[in-house]
Amino acid sequence: MIAGDMAATSTASPPREPLRRARTQKYLGGVCAGLGRHLGVDPLVVRIAFVAAATAGGIGLLIYAAAWVLIPADEAGAQVRPARRTRRGRAAIEVALGVGLLTLSVLLTMRALGLWFSDAFVWPVVLLAAGGGLLWRQSMSPTPVEATAPAAGPPEPEAVTEERRRVLSRTSLGVVLVIGAGVVFLSATNALTAARDAVLAALVVAVVLGIIFAPWVVRLVRSRDAEREERIRSQARAEMGAHLHDSVLQTLALVQKRADDPRAVAALARTQERELRAWLAGREGGHDRLAAALEALAGEVERAHGVPVEVVVVGDRELDPRGEALVAAAREAMVNAAKFGAGSTVDVYAEAGDGELQVFVRDRGPGFDPDAVPEDRRGVRESIVGRMARHGGRAAIHSAPGAGTEVELTLPRTS
Amino acid sequence: MTRVAIVDDHGLFRAGVRAELEGHVDLVGEAATVEEAVSLVTEQRPDVVLLDVHMPDGGGVAVIQGAAGAAPDTLFLALSASDAAEDVIATIRAGARGYVTKNIATDELLDAIARVQGGDAVFSPRLAGFVLDAFAGPVPAGGGGADAELDQLTAREREVLRHIARGYLYKEIALRLGISAKTVEAHVSAVLRKLQLSNRHELSRWAAERRLD
Repeated sequence: MIAGDMAATSTASPPREPLRRARTQKYLGGVCAGLGRHLGVDPLVVRIAFVAAATAGGIGLLIYAAAWVLIPADEAGAQVRPARRTRRGRAAIEVALGVGLLTLSVLLTMRALGLWFSDAFVWPVVLLAAGGGLLWRQSMSPTPVEATAPAAGPPEPEAVTEERRRVLSRTSLGVVLVIGAGVVFLSATNALTAARDAVLAALVVAVVLGIIFAPWVVRLVRSRDAEREERIRSQARAEMGAHLHDSVLQTLALVQKRADDPRAVAALARTQERELRAWLAGREGGHDRLAAALEALAGEVERAHGVPVEVVVVGDRELDPRGEALVAAAREAMVNAAKFGAGSTVDVYAEAGDGELQVFVRDRGPGFDPDAVPEDRRGVRESIVGRMARHGGRAAIHSAPGAGTEVELTLPRTS
Repeated sequence: MTRVAIVDDHGLFRAGVRAELEGHVDLVGEAATVEEAVSLVTEQRPDVVLLDVHMPDGGGVAVIQGAAGAAPDTLFLALSASDAAEDVIATIRAGARGYVTKNIATDELLDAIARVQGGDAVFSPRLAGFVLDAFAGPVPAGGGGADAELDQLTAREREVLRHIARGYLYKEIALRLGISAKTVEAHVSAVLRKLQLSNRHELSRWAAERRLD
């Protein structure tokens, strides 16, 4: 069971190492290798000593078993050979088997020496030792997270889950062994009959209590959930109430005050509608995106000129400086359309495709002949066309007398 | 005269629409709830129902699903203030023939009613924008086989939708694209069909968000 180590050993460092079970260069529990490292001697020497002690009345086996259980495992070894850790699931059974066999041999030695009470104790004690050893070892070994953390970076989540699952299976194996030991002991000493009655009584009481209290517990859990939902709902209601108070109610008050001015009332209603829509759609505040920026401009133009501006945006995009220039040009076009569109609705359509960014601004006004641009429009036109050209884009103005005017702004993705 | 019913839970809004349409169409009734609407449509079998998308007890989708079986010839036009793409798309996929926003001008609303009654689809600029958005992404790989045609728009359909979104009327689009107004109508109807039948991810997601399908 315990054999000499023929492999090369690690060089002992001058300062004494703490007493730890080795996780490398080990055969069974790493006790001999760890002890050898701690004492600064070759593990082979330690192993020979243990084998000698084992043959002398089995005392070596007992010491080995105790040392295995009590000496914590070396943590550094876990990082040196991480592959070993992945096989620890199988090691659980090895440990239980090892400790059980060691205990059995100790018992048999004692029996041979005449130190004996009854054969009925053999199996309970062996099972108890195997299960107890497993549990002790488990509780004394570093937790998976601690063991992994000093290594490179945070532990992989799956690895940790896997490790936890293994810990759980090892622990439950230990528990089953210990309980089995108890049951075997009780049945061997004929104490089980009494124990069975007590267990049965306890079980009956538990079931009765469960039946009585289960509905109450379920109701408690449900009412707690309902309470939480109600709280969330009332919070949402309060938030919405606050928003409506700041926006819609204020606007309604303004509408009442200016009831004699239909144009102003219409403009107020439009502005409020736009603001409420933006709020419902969850895109208020922050004009650093194309759709939000165009909506904001449309509201501004509507307020200033009393003309409805409809905005449709397909796709959306963060605005870089070039995009901002495009939006500024679109604003000029909107103002222009509102001024010269004879009060017709201004349609704004923007499309943020894979390549280019396009904005169309259209009015249904009288239109004009682009070849005979009036003087007062030239400046605006320059500011649109010139601005787009400066940022690597282009602007085209489509218009004909009686057919309205459309400004087409295009910005290629890269200049 | 076209027989029209108005379904909306806001009495003021119904009164406004009634005042606008009076004399131009035959108003056969009004309903304020889904239940009222279903029985109104079942009894009166109007030609066109102006349908609110949002109502407290289910909205336009519930009305169409409840009444379409009993009144197969009735056509639905969604008339709503709702801005949300999923509401609008859900109503269209339930069977509505078009969508216009409530701030539409009277003559445009009359035109839309006539167009729906004539069997055409009615796309407001906003709906055109929603559709372009929904069909913008790449077609999912391995999707569909025989139905693959439903999952994307042709270049021409896209062009027509873009013009609608830009505020052009059908006849203006026809003029600009050098095709007949009937062809424009055909393109729009094809888009409506795709909108109702396609299994594109964006559409099913919107529909799922409104518990349709």
